[in-house]
Amino acid sequence: MKHFRHIGLALAATFVVSQAGAEELTGTLKNIKDTGAITLGFRDSSIPFSYLDDNQKPVGFAMDICYKIVDAVKKELKLDKLEVKLNPVTSATRIPLMANGTIDLECGSTTNNADRQKQVAFTNTHYLTASRYVFKKSSGLKSIDDLKGKTVVSTAGTTNIKQLTEANVAKSLGANIIPAKDHAEAFLMVETDRAVAFVMDDVLLASLVAGSKTPDDYVISKDAFSKPEPYGIMLRKDDAQFKKVVDAATAALYTSGEGQKIYDKWFTAKIPPKGLNLNTPISAELKNEFAKPSDSPNPDDYK
Amino acid sequence: MNYHWNWGIFFEPNPMGTGTYLDMLLSGLVLTLKTAVLAWIIALIFGSIVGVMRTLPSKAAGWFGFCWVEFFRNMPLLVQLFLWFFVLPELLPKAAGLWLKQLPNAPFWTAAIGIGFFMSARVAVQLQAGISSLPRGQKMAATALGLTTVQGYRYVLLPMAFRIILPPLTSEFLNTIKNTAVAITIGLIELTGQARSMQEFSFQVFEAFTAATILYLLVNAVVVTAMRYLERYVAIPGYITGK
Repeated sequence: MKHFRHIGLALAATFVVSQAGAEELTGTLKNIKDTGAITLGFRDSSIPFSYLDDNQKPVGFAMDICYKIVDAVKKELKLDKLEVKLNPVTSATRIPLMANGTIDLECGSTTNNADRQKQVAFTNTHYLTASRYVFKKSSGLKSIDDLKGKTVVSTAGTTNIKQLTEANVAKSLGANIIPAKDHAEAFLMVETDRAVAFVMDDVLLASLVAGSKTPDDYVISKDAFSKPEPYGIMLRKDDAQFKKVVDAATAALYTSGEGQKIYDKWFTAKIPPKGLNLNTPISAELKNEFAKPSDSPNPDDYK
Repeated sequence: MNYHWNWGIFFEPNPMGTGTYLDMLLSGLVLTLKTAVLAWIIALIFGSIVGVMRTLPSKAAGWFGFCWVEFFRNMPLLVQLFLWFFVLPELLPKAAGLWLKQLPNAPFWTAAIGIGFFMSARVAVQLQAGISSLPRGQKMAATALGLTTVQGYRYVLLPMAFRIILPPLTSEFLNTIKNTAVAITIGLIELTGQARSMQEFSFQVFEAFTAATILYLLVNAVVVTAMRYLERYVAIPGYITGK
């Protein structure tokens, strides 16, 4: 009897697979099958998500996840060989390059929010980060209220500067908010005492501090400006067939415990090129997310 | 292309709570204009002084003019702004450096003065060329009339030289406006900076930069037209610059 059930399941499975196989390929999947290549967009300095190691090769947490997705795509399309092309992107170029078909997946630290979903799609969340601030130990700050009347920097165009501006109004801090061009420059502002604090995603702050000349001089605040927001691997919008494969691949990765292993590799151990250790164990929220993968842009969905 | 155009984005509220996205771009435009005008005033003043110095008989003046021009002309503007903003305060005594760093609107002043000095080297070279292009007799005639060197420049040489170099000065002014875009490297969120913020918030890249392009073109069209009027207004019939 048991045998019969197994055979039945196997038959059913075969049926489903052949059904899927019979389905006409469209969008990105068709393109990958036709060209035998998939293109990953990577960032050059988004440590530890996607950055260049000392051989100028892109590595990182998001890159590892992308390679798992590539494996799944290869399996889905039953290809013997799938060429992986790598294309550098910046926050300014990731959307045009995704829209015009240059890249198929963006492997970085892009926040998944409702506004952006009007333009692109995201697969299951691979990281959750809250907006906090970094400051010099010597400045003796304790809470967000201590920023009253101080000069605070954040990066222009980020969700963080928006939250900082909102908090400034809501708590009537009267802080002088200056926008910086990028994270490195914003951190430099704190390093050179132009600003007392830099508001950013906590994980990015941790990597900036770990990479600074004197990591011990800096502290990351306990207070947060926001609920933890999700990061996702970005893909083209309105490409249900490709999204299904990508979602299935990331879900399998996260629920199997392999996601946790990759996480530990990048966040709690020494990472190239300089052997920094970010010392950031997995948060309870992300642990829950890995158990129940989700691509929701809403921070309230991650508890 | 798999891009979702949304031209209505300009009228949607921006996430900073400062009105719509269009307001954001316009506030950037205002900052661009403020920076460009201040930089242009600095460029004209210092460019004129240095340009004149390069044509004086004094060796010391000529040498100073040469150094000024080569220093400001030979370094990329991006590098210069970075040096003024990040490196200079570190070289000063600690208290002075700290004062400079905590100056309100430090990026604005640094950008305006930095771009002003950079452009002054170009204005100086233009003016020098303008003065050199005048017939030698002009200077001699001024001296023969009993004018001092200062008076000779003030009443004879400069009025002619400036008329001759008005068209190239127009393009230098346009360059000054365009060069303000470099100021985002020191955190001045002018028009280009606001367009970048807008694309980061909304991911509507092409709309943001199309709007920025149109605004730059409009401003430059206004400048070109105004300068044409100025050229016609100051033209003297019979001279090379007037017909």
